[in-house]
Amino acid sequence: MDQKPINSLQRVLITLSHQEADRVPFFLLLTMHGAKELGISIRKYFSNAESVAKGQLLMRQKYRHDCLYNFFYASVEVEAWGGEVIYVDDGPPNAGAPFIRNHDDIARLSLPQVKDTPCLVKVLNATRIMKENVGDEVPIIGVVMSPFSLPVMQMGFPAYLELIYDEPQLFKQLMAINQDFCVEWANAQLQAGATAICYFDPVSSTTIIPRELYLKTGYPIAKSTISRIHGPTATHMASGRCLPIAEDIAQTGTAVLGVSAEEDIEDIKRMCSGKLTVLGNLNGIEMSGWNMEQTAASVKEVIAKAASGGGFILSDNHGEIPWQVQEDVLMTLSETVHTFGRYPIVREE
Amino acid sequence: MAETLYEFQEALLSTDIMKARRILSETINLITFDQLIETVIVSALENIGKGWEKGEYALSQVYMSGRICEELVETLIPMGNRQKKPAPKMAIAMLNDYHALGKRIVYSTLRASGFDVLDYGRVSTEGLVQRICDDGIEVILISVLMFPSALHVKDVKDTLGKKVSNVKIVVGGAPFRLDRQLWKQVGADAVGYTASDAIDIIQSIAAGGS
Repeated sequence: MDQKPINSLQRVLITLSHQEADRVPFFLLLTMHGAKELGISIRKYFSNAESVAKGQLLMRQKYRHDCLYNFFYASVEVEAWGGEVIYVDDGPPNAGAPFIRNHDDIARLSLPQVKDTPCLVKVLNATRIMKENVGDEVPIIGVVMSPFSLPVMQMGFPAYLELIYDEPQLFKQLMAINQDFCVEWANAQLQAGATAICYFDPVSSTTIIPRELYLKTGYPIAKSTISRIHGPTATHMASGRCLPIAEDIAQTGTAVLGVSAEEDIEDIKRMCSGKLTVLGNLNGIEMSGWNMEQTAASVKEVIAKAASGGGFILSDNHGEIPWQVQEDVLMTLSETVHTFGRYPIVREE
Repeated sequence: MAETLYEFQEALLSTDIMKARRILSETINLITFDQLIETVIVSALENIGKGWEKGEYALSQVYMSGRICEELVETLIPMGNRQKKPAPKMAIAMLNDYHALGKRIVYSTLRASGFDVLDYGRVSTEGLVQRICDDGIEVILISVLMFPSALHVKDVKDTLGKKVSNVKIVVGGAPFRLDRQLWKQVGADAVGYTASDAIDIIQSIAAGGS
């Protein structure tokens, strides 16, 4: 029987409905590598929307993966709030010193207006260019930091943990303003052409807080934030563990769960079966040292463990592939998915 | 003492500082200060650190436990009664990035365990090497979150090697957890995956190991 070829968006939608498409969909969540494609520095690459859109389109053409990613760098949200961003030559721009230095600063925060904030407008423009180029054939993944995880960059991790435990009223106040920002930022990306929003929420992972605390904090915040986002969401733990809270995350209204390389993807897939599509979990840090054999073996292993039955998108575990990962590794990764990721999956002995 | 340890550990995990303080106050009359630190405080922190490594506890619990213990040692045990442990001269630093949690956890744990450690905060490669040389540091503990920062430990090693030869580099942080060979690739002498690993490593170095 002749099968009509399907496009990336159709492939992803089939897997989201927990069915098997023609092959395993895969998201190469590449950001800085676009600068390599264009032969320019990371700083120059992220300085304009056109470069990032062009880089994304070139990389998809080269690696034949199933999404475009409008993510510049995590600290773009810090920049939006007036914080410092530090560029390096060999990695993502990093958040500088926290801009909430004491509790009084929380009351003084003013909500960034997305449409008046140049660094965010740049991301929206890149999204629009991508959308003009791919229409409805390729999903464009937008990104927000969850209101619950953003404070790590706003005020520093130790001070934020102390706020969660010791200052419930101030914590609530910070969450309210962060939530308004997150919703406006997510919806602006959807309006610009993003197909779905990746809701990065590593502080909710059980690597960082216990489940009991998550149920009182990150969980209700995710539930109410996601309900105000006018499009599908994928919750990403950015390398954090989530097995003990996978069923809770499924109740937040999200459709996809990005999982850690520190957990067995077979266990996660079983837990999420029929409820959440699993995204992951190639180890991005190790990937930077892989040879071709290790790359192919790692891809095959994850496919064998998690791809059957759909509800699975192959990706890295962090949501941002390190700058140090080489082109031939990415190429081998892609070829392995195209060759061994065809449904039905045949498990090698 | 096992029951005391268990109760103290539970108090730390639930961040119940009042209960933790009460347990130590009651126990302080029964054993020496050194015994209290070793058999209750250090043991509890070790158990919690190892539990985090196994996925049983969360990093927030590790951090809050260290912070509570540091505070309780400061307030309950008079300075003159605290015996500093024999240890090489050491400092702790974040290399390049601003993510302070790992460094803070190790710092609190070492201090609560009776070690003296200088806190360099966030430093660049050049700044770190300079301070190590100026202070005569024998062991430098480097904490990172970002992968590029982890790779720059190699620069610290190389730059340091041109100036002094006997400084041990101990690394920790997420990139080293996710790639268990990375610490060797960047030329570190040891890696710690939990704060209690840091105690073991320091004790091993103090005893003449690497």
